Amino acid sequence: MSGASFQGTRSIPHLTSERLLIKGGRVVNDDQSFYADVYVEDGVIKQVGENLVVPGGVRVVEAEGRMVIPGGIDTNTCLNKAYLDSPPVDDFYQGTKAALAGGTTMIIDHVTPQPGTSLLQVFEQWQEVADRKCCCDYSLHVDIPQWDEGVKDELEVLVQEKGINSFQVYMAYKDLFQMTDTQLYEAFSFLSNLGAVVLVHAENGDLIAQEQKKILEMGITGPEGHPLSRPEELEAEAVFRAITIGNRVNCPVYITRVMSKSAADTLTQARRKGCVVFGEPLTASLATDGSHYWNRNWAKAAACVTSPPLSPDPTTPQHLHTLLACGDLQVVGSGHCAYSTAQKAIGKDNFTLIPEGTNGLEERMGFVWDRAAALGKMDENQFVAVTSTNAAKIFNLYPRKGRIAVGSDADIVIWDPDRIKTITAKLQQSALEYNIFEGMECRGVPVLVVSQGRVVYEDDKLNVQQGTGRFIPRKPFPDHAYQRINTRNKVIGRQAVSRGVYDGPVYDVPSTPKYITPAPSAKTSPTTQQPPPIRNLHQSNFSLSGAQVDDNVPRRSGHRIIAPPGGRSNITSLG
Amino acid sequence: SAPRPSGQLPLHSASSPLSHSPKPRVKFGGMFCNIEGAFENKTLNFESLGAGSRSREAFTAPAPPASDNQCRLSDKLIIKGGKIVNDDQSFYADIYIEDGTIKQIGENLIVPSGVKTVDAYGHIVIPGGIDVNTSLQAPHMGMSPADDFYHGTRAALAGGTTMIIDHVVPEPGASLLAAFDQWRDTADKRSCCDYSLHIDITRWHEGMFEELETLVKDHGVNSFLVYMAYKDKYQSSDSQMYEIFSILRDLGAIAQVHAENGDIIDEEQKKLLDLGITGPEGHVLSHSEEVETEAVYRAITIAKQANCPLYVTKVMSKPAADVVAKARKKGMVVYGEPITASLGTDGSHYWSKNWAKAAAFVMSPPLSPDPATPDYLNSMLSCGDLQVTASAHCTFSTAQKAVGKDNFTFIPEGTNGIEERMSIVWDKAVATGKMDENEFVAVTSTNAAKIFNLYPRKGRIAVGSDADLVIWNTKETKTFSAKSHNLTVEMNIFEGMECRGFPVVVISQGRIILEGEKLDVMEGSGRFVPRKAFPDYVYKRIKARSRMAEARGVPRGNYDGPVHDVISMTKSVPPTPTTRGPSCPGKTTAGPARNLHQSGFTLSGTQMDDHIPRRTAQRIVAPPGGRSNITSLS
Repeated sequence: MSGASFQGTRSIPHLTSERLLIKGGRVVNDDQSFYADVYVEDGVIKQVGENLVVPGGVRVVEAEGRMVIPGGIDTNTCLNKAYLDSPPVDDFYQGTKAALAGGTTMIIDHVTPQPGTSLLQVFEQWQEVADRKCCCDYSLHVDIPQWDEGVKDELEVLVQEKGINSFQVYMAYKDLFQMTDTQLYEAFSFLSNLGAVVLVHAENGDLIAQEQKKILEMGITGPEGHPLSRPEELEAEAVFRAITIGNRVNCPVYITRVMSKSAADTLTQARRKGCVVFGEPLTASLATDGSHYWNRNWAKAAACVTSPPLSPDPTTPQHLHTLLACGDLQVVGSGHCAYSTAQKAIGKDNFTLIPEGTNGLEERMGFVWDRAAALGKMDENQFVAVTSTNAAKIFNLYPRKGRIAVGSDADIVIWDPDRIKTITAKLQQSALEYNIFEGMECRGVPVLVVSQGRVVYEDDKLNVQQGTGRFIPRKPFPDHAYQRINTRNKVIGRQAVSRGVYDGPVYDVPSTPKYITPAPSAKTSPTTQQPPPIRNLHQSNFSLSGAQVDDNVPRRSGHRIIAPPGGRSNITSLG
Repeated sequence: SAPRPSGQLPLHSASSPLSHSPKPRVKFGGMFCNIEGAFENKTLNFESLGAGSRSREAFTAPAPPASDNQCRLSDKLIIKGGKIVNDDQSFYADIYIEDGTIKQIGENLIVPSGVKTVDAYGHIVIPGGIDVNTSLQAPHMGMSPADDFYHGTRAALAGGTTMIIDHVVPEPGASLLAAFDQWRDTADKRSCCDYSLHIDITRWHEGMFEELETLVKDHGVNSFLVYMAYKDKYQSSDSQMYEIFSILRDLGAIAQVHAENGDIIDEEQKKLLDLGITGPEGHVLSHSEEVETEAVYRAITIAKQANCPLYVTKVMSKPAADVVAKARKKGMVVYGEPITASLGTDGSHYWSKNWAKAAAFVMSPPLSPDPATPDYLNSMLSCGDLQVTASAHCTFSTAQKAVGKDNFTFIPEGTNGIEERMSIVWDKAVATGKMDENEFVAVTSTNAAKIFNLYPRKGRIAVGSDADLVIWNTKETKTFSAKSHNLTVEMNIFEGMECRGFPVVVISQGRIILEGEKLDVMEGSGRFVPRKAFPDYVYKRIKARSRMAEARGVPRGNYDGPVHDVISMTKSVPPTPTTRGPSCPGKTTAGPARNLHQSGFTLSGTQMDDHIPRRTAQRIVAPPGGRSNITSLS
């Protein structure tokens, strides 16, 4: 599993037997479009071109001039993330079914361990569940619930042996997952040495906690308290801080869940300054806005609760699409994490207890087409880039995924850019009883989906099998993220100024500075394992003056030396 | 003191007719516009300014010896022939001063005989400068600054600054009031010019609220500084800052921040020392611009959330200034203060081969190595994006700096600038045509007086204002050098700089302090000037916003649909405190914040089917009683 084998090791016989020829379509990659037939065998694209010579008995699919695009990659799903021990209603089976029905042929799910648990164990547990249930290829991000020395070894194993190259850190969820800036700095340094991409949940948790307290005290307990306690400034602030730390450490930063205009703009500006940073808006932020939090229907309002929240500014989706189109944002995820209304109702009297997450896995590709490509904001190539290719490049899946080329995996979608679909919970694959996009019309739907060389979706019908999804390991140091980082590490050498030794007078510091009581660093917790106390660089209990010939002469401690013994030396001459 | 003439007229009628004002100035919007009511009442009721008994005493009977008092009271002066420059207009008029107060402004004034006449012909007469950021007393690693209140204020007066606001830095955990008293005690004895005090909150705990309240209401302090740097020493966490800001807003005070991300600095320092970089260049490498910019951004975000006015001290870099400017464009009440050093020089000197010279520049945030920074900050100052200039004067001798000769983190931080401030602004901004003389007055004194509620007592030449005046030579140049400056330190970071514009006469409290080359200060003559809470210039907007920003809940019926059954969490996680700053043992901290994600109760209450076992992850499809209207999903 850990190897870089280009094809999955778990080849299932019935998959490999299928041979497929997709005829008469326009192949759309992120760089160009061209008319060609695609021949698929053993789950791999074997030939791309015109007038292909193929064996007899091959199933032929007529694309009829429609687009043939690489299957979508959804980089942000939570299909196994339990809330208070109850799992989401869309598990790996339900979720990947929805993904395939929407044209997404690979997901990267978040492994979310609780603080104090072993990352490796939880990862293996996730992998086990996914192997049993997934209908499409998958990979995993691992979230780091807290930072300590023990985590480092596990991270090393995950990167080097398990094929994980992306880890999420949290700046929100105070007293639970939140890391301090010091921890973020250490985590970023460590992960960039391993060659991993750092995913950041960017919200200022300290301020959120304060705002939540305030809002509950004001008597606001409904879902509208959620966006009120998480204004978009707090998101933008955290994005800014994350980028600053990433840039200091020289580590690629990937901002998950870009939900607001100001956060997106912050990211854009950082890219202008050359920071290696990527941004991922979600289906929800691209298709709807936060006005629903004020809905009179509690269930509808609660369904939209996700963090960071949808922005109440109705122009947000437009703005985010514009930034996606021009390349300032790179990847579209779904943040799919589906909880039933009954589960959401745990927070019926306190919005802070509402489990967070919305749907969006099935609708993701459609809305990007509808809101951006169909309006002429982006072209079909950019559409492929943001829904699949960029994700494959950032997370080192390229060119196995995210491209239609000879040798790539046969994850292919025939896309009808003109068909219109109305989104409703009644017709969706997801098990949710309420869809936050309920009733919206969406232009652009997949008509046929090929996953691992097998037709899994055709004529609005799914033909999937639980457990056919393979785990795709990802190697560290993805070129797309790390080429610049590696070069910068080489060029940015910091050098000390070579000076003679300072030999002028030195003020005599009282050996016990009276006012420093070393304050315990705030994050030391008696119960959890913590790194050794950090050296306090401001604290000094030694005298730098050394033994002097006049040590026997009593001297005041606040004494300014005007004429040092031996006269002023050259190195400190003040002229 | 002498009774004030009653029924004084507003300035423009008390002075000569407007035709004599050669340059009626186009009114700017925004910050250069006069505060409302500034002209309506020039008769200052000083009794009402001081809130507590202590401060009142400071006004009516200045603390120092009676002889000084006598001397000052008898000082009657008339300044003739100068062009008076305020922040809004310039005009030619004479000024008559008595009892330390400006009594008359106009032409052909009728004054008693025997009055000393000061000739200001060919020069401009401006309100004395206000330096709102000095550290003349705060110790650093047990070392007192080389320039104390006496030397510091003496240098201030020599440079045309007639008032300072010094930072009180209590030891972490110590009483603010005690530190304040200590500062007042020293300053009353030593200071040569009027002064006021900011108080730094070096370690926050909730018990401090009462001290803050006392300081604001009884002691005339309306500004408090919070540190975002100096990890494990002074640094406050975001939560603490939010709490402090909320309290300061309620008290009507101004929150100041030292904006640098202490966590990142701490890590970078470790890294650089590991790399073997121990010289002063390590200081600037570890305190990068980004770290300053990030903190400014965060401070503004927190202030916005708490609806508290924010004053960013020591704006040292271009991106930090940009963040302040952008926030202002979004309507935030935020002010930025570049300092003499960031306006006059840059950080290239940290790489000087001369250790002593490099170390002299060490301060936080550091000077930017970008040589275009001073020019940029002067432009921002000219257009009103930055408002106040200060000096952040805090000097240490070379021997004191040499404590960090083997480790840059031990070098005491601070540069000079108290004496050079006004001249550098004139030379870099006015002489180059970036700003006019009125804006010069605004950024060197008037804006500071407005923000910190000293206006119009200070920062303006008007009848009734304090007689803190400077006659400013705009034509000739002066060269700064450690050999000629009025400080005790052996280094001057502006060594050899030639500046156009310097004071020829400085009048403080109605007394001539500097005339020509002669400096005649009086130790202990400086008075403490209390400042009232809720400065109009800052708080008018804040108050209006507090009224507007009231979030309301959505009135809904009770949710009566199915609720997922939560088993009380058995494996609950011990909350890990994640605050950024140091917590304070022994003090009542905010108390562990409620973990809002953790639930130890079941919301479902007692149900009639409680005896029927139910799976935990059961999805309730048909709730008892059927779906209700309120939660119907159609």
